[in-house]
Amino acid sequence: MARAISPRKKMMWTVLAWFFGLLIFFPILWTFLTSFKAEAVAIADPPVWFFFDWTTENYTAVLGRSNYPLALMNSIVIAVGSTLLGIIIAVPAAWAMAFVPGRRTKDVLMWMLSTKMLPAVGVLYPLVLIAKYFNVMDSRILLVVILMLINLPIIVWMLYTYFREIPGEILEAARMDGASLRNEIIYVLTPMAVPGIASTILLNIILAWNEAFWTIILTTVSAAPLTKFISSFSAPEGLFYAKLSAASIMAIAPILVMGWFSQKQLVRGLTFGAVK
Amino acid sequence: MGRITLDKVQKKFGDVEVIPPLDLTVEDGEFVVFVGPSGCGKSTLLRLIAGLEDVSGGEIRIDGNPATDLPPAKRGLAMVFQSYALYPHMSVRKNIAFPMKMAGMPQDEQDRRIAKAATALNLTDYLDRRPGQLSGGQRQRVAIGRAIVREPAAFLFDEPLSNLDAALRVGMRMEISELHKTLATTMIYVTHDQVEAMTMADKIVVLRAGHIEQVGSPLDLYKAPRNTFVAGFIGSPKMNLLTGATAQKHDAATIGIRPEHLDVVPEGGTFTGRVGVAEHLGSDTFFHVHIPEMDEPMTVRAGGEVGLKHGDTIHLKPQMQHLHRFDAQGLRIA
Amino acid sequence: MATEHSKASARIMIAPAVFVLLVWMLVPLCMTLYFSFADYRPLRATFDAWIGFDNYVSFLTSDSFISSVIVTLQMVAGILVITIGGGIALALLLDQPMFGQGIVRILVIAPFFVMPTVSALVWKNMFFNADNGLFSYLWKFFGAQPYDFLSQAPLFSIIVIVAWQWLPFSTLILLTAVQSLSSEQLEAAEMDGAPGYSRFWYIILPHLSRAITVVILIQTIFLLSIFAEIFVTTNGAFGTRTLTYLVYQRVLESQNIGLGSAGGIVAVILANIVAIFLMRIVGKNLDT
Repeated sequence: MARAISPRKKMMWTVLAWFFGLLIFFPILWTFLTSFKAEAVAIADPPVWFFFDWTTENYTAVLGRSNYPLALMNSIVIAVGSTLLGIIIAVPAAWAMAFVPGRRTKDVLMWMLSTKMLPAVGVLYPLVLIAKYFNVMDSRILLVVILMLINLPIIVWMLYTYFREIPGEILEAARMDGASLRNEIIYVLTPMAVPGIASTILLNIILAWNEAFWTIILTTVSAAPLTKFISSFSAPEGLFYAKLSAASIMAIAPILVMGWFSQKQLVRGLTFGAVK
Repeated sequence: MGRITLDKVQKKFGDVEVIPPLDLTVEDGEFVVFVGPSGCGKSTLLRLIAGLEDVSGGEIRIDGNPATDLPPAKRGLAMVFQSYALYPHMSVRKNIAFPMKMAGMPQDEQDRRIAKAATALNLTDYLDRRPGQLSGGQRQRVAIGRAIVREPAAFLFDEPLSNLDAALRVGMRMEISELHKTLATTMIYVTHDQVEAMTMADKIVVLRAGHIEQVGSPLDLYKAPRNTFVAGFIGSPKMNLLTGATAQKHDAATIGIRPEHLDVVPEGGTFTGRVGVAEHLGSDTFFHVHIPEMDEPMTVRAGGEVGLKHGDTIHLKPQMQHLHRFDAQGLRIA
Repeated sequence: MATEHSKASARIMIAPAVFVLLVWMLVPLCMTLYFSFADYRPLRATFDAWIGFDNYVSFLTSDSFISSVIVTLQMVAGILVITIGGGIALALLLDQPMFGQGIVRILVIAPFFVMPTVSALVWKNMFFNADNGLFSYLWKFFGAQPYDFLSQAPLFSIIVIVAWQWLPFSTLILLTAVQSLSSEQLEAAEMDGAPGYSRFWYIILPHLSRAITVVILIQTIFLLSIFAEIFVTTNGAFGTRTLTYLVYQRVLESQNIGLGSAGGIVAVILANIVAIFLMRIVGKNLDT
């Protein structure tokens, strides 16, 4: 296995990989750079790369626009709220399926997964109708509930795969050691499950944050999260690239950081354990 | 005290009877080994005693008190698992302290017992590490430490050495035997390795398909196996079993002779064959001899320096006083 | 371990999740089914609860349906080709020994975490724009005429945007699969005298086949409902109207609920055909 690699070959791979890595990353990098330019510099011909007067005026301008802070707040409430609501419902279900599996467990899991594959347009009008009926159009609560529902199968699945990795022998050991069910959950199960729950929360906040069908269709202003806010972002043509960039960077930065932390969980969460 | 009695204990999984009604008594202070091939029900039996599985029928008594319906925690037994089952998020100290904490023992008593166990098990330097940072042997010791601090009525071991490498296994075997001598507490030990059973047990219980084939001391089993299964299972290398005409000469359906009870003679002898593989261990040599009376090669133990090569002709003479005879049902003929 | 008591409490613990998903799936879907057999146009105050299969007939026979299916297929196929091909190449590249592997990995994964509206808007304005987009500068630099991507090649433009977003996903999954290939197997092949391309063709690719299938199926399910990228860039114009978008327009823009609902049911059926294959693979994996 350990084979000596010639430094030249390693250098070659390094250059190649960095080239493609930066190429793929370039749109984000360019947006980042543009967000610190003055509007005129942003559309300069030929394009300006690194050497310009870096300014944060775009960020202050965007933050100053009345709707931006509201959209940011909405995004946070909706992403975090729907994830936590989902976790509360999913933890007991995943726990039961992992530790007390019955004959139907597999069928229930597969059925939950199948609900994830329902195309949104199949239920578009009824949801608009229901939302109007309960008078919750353009409200945070509506989106919290809907995003919880569309991500619930993924949450259950991820938790289930994490819980299944907790060896049954350890729980039996706790039982032998005299732990009651309550103590078993507090001292043994919970500490071992926390990392799995944390990564599930992380990935689902990301998914909810970036959801861009229901958030666009079911909100107008008061509950509009960043997805919606950005989609309607416009200003006098040609002179808004820098502000657009600043708004974009602020919308993606926190999630980008979280995403980098959850790379591994991403594979697990989005393939439902089909790729390990 | 730790006298465990099983009275017609039975276990079914659905319609499958894993353990037919079975009686067994484990005396206080005894080291009992359940041995048998995989799937013989030995682990299930241990888990029934532990209370990790519900019995389907019969009764379990610990020191004369009914324990059949007690949860595992209330039976006063400690168990060492095959995977050690240490709590990965707790330090060694906390792992060992866990059962005492659950029992609500005062802190100073906990500390005293941890210190004592750590000294006995050479864990003093590792008390603040996590299980993940320990070697297999050390984890094993932590698991044992967690069991002994409770001062249980009996210890249950579920194939505790199977995840260790060969050298470590021999060492841990000694340590567990030593521990038994020191504590003089009942121990029930499950293994599929008959060498472990022979070297450690006061009493061996040989199981096959949930049935007890024989109960006895290691030497009882070696000298007088009750049937062909026990004869073939106990002893290493395995006893040579012959059927057909050869056995009939001795008024038996099967006869058995252990490799160490065959003498190599210059000529004549009862069996004549061709030497196949020879295993030279230095002190001993095991010859696999192809003889017409057996389909499989006959194993013979000879002295370390017997100069026979592959393909040579060999004459063998069994020591008649060590010949085992079995009837058509495979049962021993006295 | 599983006693009757614990089974009963397990059922109670699973119940809330099953209940909410059941309601979520059944109630709106039944409503859509109901509307799909009705002539319901709120703007014209028309409501006829039962018109049989008329909606389905007119939806399935309309030119817009046929073209939307073609557009959807082209879009999904184009994105899959780019993401699978690029994903395999990138996965193999990232598996090589190099300096700063972790950082390159992070760079490659980043686009997946960019919200769809942001990536659509950034690409539309800062890259594809005929006047000020970076591509226009690039074209001019090489002496070519600037090209208005979104009106000249709208489908291609959207494919590029979405492929950029999904390339990290396929790369990451394929990389996981590549790394699970034992190096001993490759070394055995090397000992057997297989040159590099045969090792790729006979060992690596078959090893990846399962992961590739999973990526194709999962992406297809997500890609069938692409919405935000089209909404932001072309709003369904210039032949970029996918089935999802068509249904959205029928329901919310022209407010022809009956027709749109019939389209929604058609979309559900089509998605389920893909889903069945995916579920089979996932289900098999659940047993092991």
